[in-house]
Amino acid sequence: MIVKTVANAREALKGVSDSMTFMFGGFGLSGIPENAIAELVRLGVKDLTCISNNAGVDDFGLGLLLQQRQIRKMISSYVGENDEFERQMLSGELEVELTPQGTLAEKCRAAQAGIPAFYTPAGYGTEVAAGKETREYNGKMYVLEPAYEADFAFVKAWKGDEAGNLIFKGSARNFNPVMAGAAKVTVAEVEELLPAGALDPNQIHIPGIFVKRIFQGELYEKRIEQRTVRTRS
Amino acid sequence: MLDKNGIARRIAREVKDGYYVNLGIGIPTLVANFVRDDIEVEFQSENGVLGMGPFPWEGEEDPDIINAGKQTITTLPGASFFDSSMSFAMIRGQHVDLTILGAMEVAENGDIANWKIPGKMVKGMGGAMDLVASAENIIVAMMHTNKAGASKLLERCTLPLTGVGCVKKIVTNLAVLEVGPEGFILLERAPGVSVAEIKAATAGRLHIPDEVPEMDL
Repeated sequence: MIVKTVANAREALKGVSDSMTFMFGGFGLSGIPENAIAELVRLGVKDLTCISNNAGVDDFGLGLLLQQRQIRKMISSYVGENDEFERQMLSGELEVELTPQGTLAEKCRAAQAGIPAFYTPAGYGTEVAAGKETREYNGKMYVLEPAYEADFAFVKAWKGDEAGNLIFKGSARNFNPVMAGAAKVTVAEVEELLPAGALDPNQIHIPGIFVKRIFQGELYEKRIEQRTVRTRS
Repeated sequence: MLDKNGIARRIAREVKDGYYVNLGIGIPTLVANFVRDDIEVEFQSENGVLGMGPFPWEGEEDPDIINAGKQTITTLPGASFFDSSMSFAMIRGQHVDLTILGAMEVAENGDIANWKIPGKMVKGMGGAMDLVASAENIIVAMMHTNKAGASKLLERCTLPLTGVGCVKKIVTNLAVLEVGPEGFILLERAPGVSVAEIKAATAGRLHIPDEVPEMDL
């Protein structure tokens, strides 16, 4: 067995430096790599390009990197709910590339799967398609979208093992599986790291081949962005 | 004239037995509350949930189970979770039967704008561009006019587009309309609303049939 385990976030993030491009799993604050983000704040690397569906909130998730002005460019599909983000974007400090959510997911998956580009109907006829190659298939128009190229992918899973195999929970799965293996180095953090053999191979969502380093996260806040409930009468 | 719940109630009648449905944020989310309980429908959330249920009971919220609006939710028997790429395979691959979403503007040729107001509001398109580019069956849920009283049903959209020629049906607080080859076609009036009022609130071309029934809610 090839062991992927490292001791902690500090070891897992060896090699990150200024001006790199990173992928971050998560949707809103659900399933985000909290420990990797905390370590990036500690390291203070800057001029980063970050590919993430959302940009966190003011004081959590990628919002922590925005607060420290570590991000130069953000590639996302939806960036509401973050005042500091909006301020940096409108003042021109932060470059933002808005991408349709399905296209963003597929640009990751294409990178993971060795596909350089693909045609999608999303964004045809809009400013998203400006300057891009378009083509007709069976009477419908499509836009050519290239795969992402990233230095590190930071993903978060529920359970993992020493071999780097991952299992996700609920909708915290989201972008994490499509980013695993989509960058030069994939770092997975898990809530529970188990010995090889402890996870049923039938239940693995992402095989360890896509993961370079795996560690157990120290503490997960798992903040809820919109707490909606039914009240018992 | 309808309120937001009224719009949702009318749209719920378009939801048929056996449909997989994607609901956008805002008025569309309310549609789930009005779907008849004698039909089987599954709601898809593009962050990776099929078979969404109601909000959890207080104290049972799970940060790992949310919808596309980042709200805590539950799942129903038969539900499944999946990654974002597979979620949009369902959407682009036309496995979702009905998409209901909000809009800032709709044009008489079916163009829709709902993601950006240049210089003012830039939140992003989320999954809307993928949804409108692929779905066969798109219903827009929105108020007929904006807060300033200007029509949201236009000859051409003025805001950056989300998709071109994709909207088939629109349900507003005043009317149900279809996008036809020569502009909007008025299908139904909201209770107590006259054809003249709808005409006055519609900036795009409006075809008015001889008979325009009141909505059956």
